[in-house]
Amino acid sequence: MSELFPRKQVMGFVFSLVLTAAALTVYFMDVSFAVGMTILLATAFIQAGVQLVGFMHAGESEDKVAIYANIYYGIAIALVTIFGTLLILVWDM
Amino acid sequence: MDYFDRFAIPHPSPAIYASMVAIGLTVIAILVGLTYFKKWGYLWREWLTTVDHKRIGIMYLIAALLMLFRGGVDALMMRAQTAVPDNKLLDAQHYNEVFTTHGVVMIIFMAMPFIYALMNFVVPLQIGARDVAFPRLNALSFWLFFMGAMLFNISFVIGGSPDAGWTSYFPLAGNDFSQSVGTNYYLMSIQIAGIGTLISGINFIATIFKMRAPGMKLMKMPMFTWTALITNAIVVFAFPVLTVTLLLGTMDRLFGTHIFSMTNGGMDMLWANLFWVWGHPEVYILILPAFGIYSEIISTFSQRNLYGYKSMVASIVIISFFSFLVWTHHFFTMGQGPLTNSIFSITTMAIAIPTGIKIFNWLLTMRKGKIKFTVPMLYSVGFIPIFTIGGVTGVMLGMASADYQYHNTMFLVAHFHYTIIPGVVFAMLAGLTYWWPKMFGFMLNERIGKWAFWFIAIGFNVTFFPMFFTGLDGQARRMYTYSEASGFGLLNMLSFVGAVGLAIGFAIIVYNVYYSTRHSSRNIGSDPWNARTLEWATQTPVQSYNFARTPQVDSIEAFWDHKKKGKPLFKGKIEKIHMPNNSGVPFIMSCIFFVWGFSFVFSMWIPAIITTIAIFACMAHRSFEKDDGHYISVKEIEATEKDSEVLANESR
Repeated sequence: MSELFPRKQVMGFVFSLVLTAAALTVYFMDVSFAVGMTILLATAFIQAGVQLVGFMHAGESEDKVAIYANIYYGIAIALVTIFGTLLILVWDM
Repeated sequence: MDYFDRFAIPHPSPAIYASMVAIGLTVIAILVGLTYFKKWGYLWREWLTTVDHKRIGIMYLIAALLMLFRGGVDALMMRAQTAVPDNKLLDAQHYNEVFTTHGVVMIIFMAMPFIYALMNFVVPLQIGARDVAFPRLNALSFWLFFMGAMLFNISFVIGGSPDAGWTSYFPLAGNDFSQSVGTNYYLMSIQIAGIGTLISGINFIATIFKMRAPGMKLMKMPMFTWTALITNAIVVFAFPVLTVTLLLGTMDRLFGTHIFSMTNGGMDMLWANLFWVWGHPEVYILILPAFGIYSEIISTFSQRNLYGYKSMVASIVIISFFSFLVWTHHFFTMGQGPLTNSIFSITTMAIAIPTGIKIFNWLLTMRKGKIKFTVPMLYSVGFIPIFTIGGVTGVMLGMASADYQYHNTMFLVAHFHYTIIPGVVFAMLAGLTYWWPKMFGFMLNERIGKWAFWFIAIGFNVTFFPMFFTGLDGQARRMYTYSEASGFGLLNMLSFVGAVGLAIGFAIIVYNVYYSTRHSSRNIGSDPWNARTLEWATQTPVQSYNFARTPQVDSIEAFWDHKKKGKPLFKGKIEKIHMPNNSGVPFIMSCIFFVWGFSFVFSMWIPAIITTIAIFACMAHRSFEKDDGHYISVKEIEATEKDSEVLANESR
């Protein structure tokens, strides 16, 4: 019976609900801009991770290595682009 | 009448009116010709609706060659204008339009389709697949590119060409300084073509990951397929940046936002930044497939396996990652501090290391090889010293402090032509000559091809080498004329002479195609170059299903082992083959995209809304359409394979 119950998916669903609730608190609670943005960004990225791994089955096929390599590559490039742009146009202008 | 005033040319000249007439007559000639020879049905059935990767590749090729000549004429006009001091051939505005068009056409509408032409034709054959992963999306990619290119090309006769350079920096490209619709054309046409490229990127990654022949591990793929994979990975990561950047630019020009403006909180340098976040990886999108082509050709004509396969793979992967780390070197002089410039200087120079590894690998492949100097090999061997000059001057430009001297001079123009022409044009001509027999069933004449090579190689150097000197002497790029006192006259005249040499070289290639079509032998077998990779294991011309039986691979050069060691390539018996159906939807949808783009260019909102709905209708149609493809029966396959030498070899 336990094989039939999608334990991982249900747990993932509950976890995403928790994350959504955590993000919502920013609206209802009186926190500073910096703290609010930190909470929002953190919950957003964890949420994206849960979606990819839990619901889009990123780690469940033979292509696991290729899929994760692509994701890490994409994240690395996104970070380089964002922080590079900040460096050029804001921090070192 | 006011409504139609917007379509008028803001800056007319007799040359443009002559072009209008020429375009009109050509269109009429094509329509009449198709009707007279009753080719409409053939065109629709065999080409416009095709999803066959080989035919799509050939259509890419034709489009790329057309655009090569369009961009080439622009280049000749520029060299003619600057050939003598104070020349009046083109005025400043026309010169701006010509160099902008030259840049956009050559990068986006010549180099990109040329690369995708060869990738489309070769990659599925090299990995032993029957087609790409998503054949219909592939057709959509091509037609989106084609419509983007056509939209861009009508700009100079309807509404005016873009004139802010191929980089189209805001705020110059904003409404205040570029009032004609030219920049709208730039934004919309590249957007449409860019969507096509992005789709291709995803398509080829899926194809290479999922559709390789049994036994072909990643580290057993031919080098061209490797470079295609990495190139498409860069496409997928870089093109979304372009999409967003063009969208932001469109918002600024059409909807009154202030993202790239100097006032109202806009950030005027953000365009340059975002443009090069895409633009530098784009350079490697152009060069990596060329590296793959050279690897195939050098190995084939040195009659040796490729030296340092693993280091080749490692270096292209490293290059692809580094390509995202260097974009600031395009604007060292923009005003950021020395810390930033130093960081990007170092990353820029670091790219020379993996590139150097590749150069040495090619040289070592040739060492002790029995080199045959065929036309593709000539281009490959010619590429190495010329590209090295481009690379070394690139390192010079990469030094941030020294770059203040070179920036935006003809030195820069010479540098990037010294990388792009051997890196892309030579490679594409080499690849075209190399795979031509597989595409069309006959070989291009070698003697005429060699004449073309020497005209192009020498003409190229005569054109661009003088620019290093005029650039160091202070001739700025994009300057439409100069005084006699500046002393640039003689070297610019030399450049013009070289450009004429280049033009003669390309004319010889056209003649070669004509000559070879008429006179070349059709009886060349399926492997005329004695090559090493799987595409040569198919029949010539290639059947629609590519391989009657899927090849079984157990080494890097399976076809070579098959030929030399007699290892069987095709095992088992022929089974029925599942193939995709043709579809007219990609073509129709892309035509709608063309009207959509045109409506945005001229801010015609009602057609824009209608076409937007129509585009979504096409997508919805696809979602609800039931299309399971078709099967080719064993009987049919056996009939087509009957005379093939593949089967003959097997039965021996």
